[in-house]
Amino acid sequence: MINELTGQAAATVDPVVDPVADPVVDPVTVDIQPGLGARVYRAIRFFAHRPGLLLSIVLVVLVIVAAFWPGWLSGRDPLRGDPSDSFRAPSAAHWFGTDALGRDEYSRVVHGAQLSLKATLIAVAVAFVVGALLGLVAGCAGRWVEGLLMRFVDVLLSIPGLLLSLAMVTALGYGTVKVAIAVGIASVAAFARVMRAEVLRVRHATYVEASRSCGARWYFVLRRHVLPNSIGPVLVLATLDFGAAILSVSSLSFLGYGAPPPAPEWGTLVATGRNYLANAWWLTALPGLTIAATVLATNRIARALDGEWARQR
Amino acid sequence: MEDDAIGSAMRRYVTRRLAQAVGVLWAAYTVSFFVLYYLPGDPVAAMFGGGLDSTTVSPAQIAELRHRYGFDKPVFVQYIDYLGKAVRGDFGNSVSTGRSVTATLAGALPQTFALAGLALLLSVVIGGALAVSASYTRRRWLRQVLLSLPSLGMSLPTFWVGLMLIELLSFRIGLFPAFGDGGLRGLVLPAVTLAVPPGALVAQVLAKSLLAALDEPYVQTAQSKGASRLRIHLRHTLRNASLPTLTVVGLIGGQLLANAVVVETVFSREGMGRVTANAVTTQDIPLVQGVVVFGALVFVLLNLIIDLTYPLLDPRIIATPGSRGAIAGVGA
Repeated sequence: MINELTGQAAATVDPVVDPVADPVVDPVTVDIQPGLGARVYRAIRFFAHRPGLLLSIVLVVLVIVAAFWPGWLSGRDPLRGDPSDSFRAPSAAHWFGTDALGRDEYSRVVHGAQLSLKATLIAVAVAFVVGALLGLVAGCAGRWVEGLLMRFVDVLLSIPGLLLSLAMVTALGYGTVKVAIAVGIASVAAFARVMRAEVLRVRHATYVEASRSCGARWYFVLRRHVLPNSIGPVLVLATLDFGAAILSVSSLSFLGYGAPPPAPEWGTLVATGRNYLANAWWLTALPGLTIAATVLATNRIARALDGEWARQR
Repeated sequence: MEDDAIGSAMRRYVTRRLAQAVGVLWAAYTVSFFVLYYLPGDPVAAMFGGGLDSTTVSPAQIAELRHRYGFDKPVFVQYIDYLGKAVRGDFGNSVSTGRSVTATLAGALPQTFALAGLALLLSVVIGGALAVSASYTRRRWLRQVLLSLPSLGMSLPTFWVGLMLIELLSFRIGLFPAFGDGGLRGLVLPAVTLAVPPGALVAQVLAKSLLAALDEPYVQTAQSKGASRLRIHLRHTLRNASLPTLTVVGLIGGQLLANAVVVETVFSREGMGRVTANAVTTQDIPLVQGVVVFGALVFVLLNLIIDLTYPLLDPRIIATPGSRGAIAGVGA
């Protein structure tokens, strides 16, 4: 019965669809076909037209290297310094100058990437997992479950993000991981909304109905059809959320709720430098500039991914 | 006759929005209550920084504290007790100062209100001017530069912008005072700092809708009637494009209050932000809850005002119930 119906539908639609479908299919097959040389050439041309994007990728790679292998970028100890060397302005020997204890500020920024990136990753992961689950359950369950969950999400949206994070920090206590969780929870709402919207879009698609009518279990349909087709925009949102998470995490550690003092964390470095603002501008300006540049770079990459995704579909 | 129909539709619209606002406030109170009092496990221990070991405080004292705050009753009874007081405007007393939360917040409000008000004005004026000039200019490169400024503004950490302004305009030139609450001159730098992220948001949203509005047929009509470019931009596209921007202004209110925590710390100003920062540092749970609920109140009130001005700008809103609420993020 179902076969007959779909067969009929295909027969009636075919002549209409064919001329439209052909030019759509062609460029895709051409896209995949060309050899390595052509693809490398295209990639070079793509990035040559977007120097900002290339710079952003280089910067983000540097930050990742700094987080995992800080020794590659700086040979100096971030925690020990020579007190006779204190408050040196930026120079060839000390790129970012030295702080009150004569510690190399550049090395502290490089080593600080580890804590800051870790916190950012945890924050985005918490927001992504919790938000996507909420959205998935709301979108699939429907009825009163959906109503209840989405009202809860609305409430999260009505409390300003930073205030919600501060409330979580009050409840959980201080520390990099706790700050990261607090920042993640504060951005759950956006993920839940996007995920739910995507699930609603996919839920009544023909292939989902077809799969269900073939007798597939709900969890199989969910894993095989709904999730892969709805997760894309949520992933794009996750890359966009990176920049915001870096800013929130560094704001909270600037306020003093992050890692305790000797550990170098980007926000904490700026907070420490603030005490010497009048006589050592570099202790505030350069770590802050690092944060700003990293956020700009991740936002630029997110926008590129967003565009590519939109064009692919 | 028709007036009457519109009037009753308007009344229904207002009633529905008021009910939604109260519902969101109640839910915000509930969420903050359970996050703050029950996430840490033992609220009494959390309130006193976890320093409640037997050497400093005797079990009898802990039991006494528990009784005073009502934590010896079942959770649900506590919640009803606290909610009942909160409805009457009583959020309890600050743990560290002993003053009532409502009085503490009311005392700190005027400072922050002035700061946030000026910041809101600056962000709308500067962000709006940026968007209009980006859409008005005929030079491609200038438009590109103007359109890339908002994403730059959103990437700068607020605390860093404030510190750099202090360094450049206070320490180097001495144009503005760096710290403290000294009158209007002292308000300029904090307000500019606070206005950067929301200003960028306004510019981004407004520029997008302005550029989209230029393709609308009414622009061609205006052109064919001989209207100047300036007139088309200010009278036609700006008025039509300002609707989505108004929604964004509703989101900005809460953002300003939250960022005041950072800005008031940077500029050593008194106000809600400093109260909040101190409350978090001393784990002053009733005070933090007061701030969170106040943040939700600001968000809800601003959105309510905006939702109620929408029908004045665009009468079609009443005809499609719930459309604004969904966009503003307060219930659908």
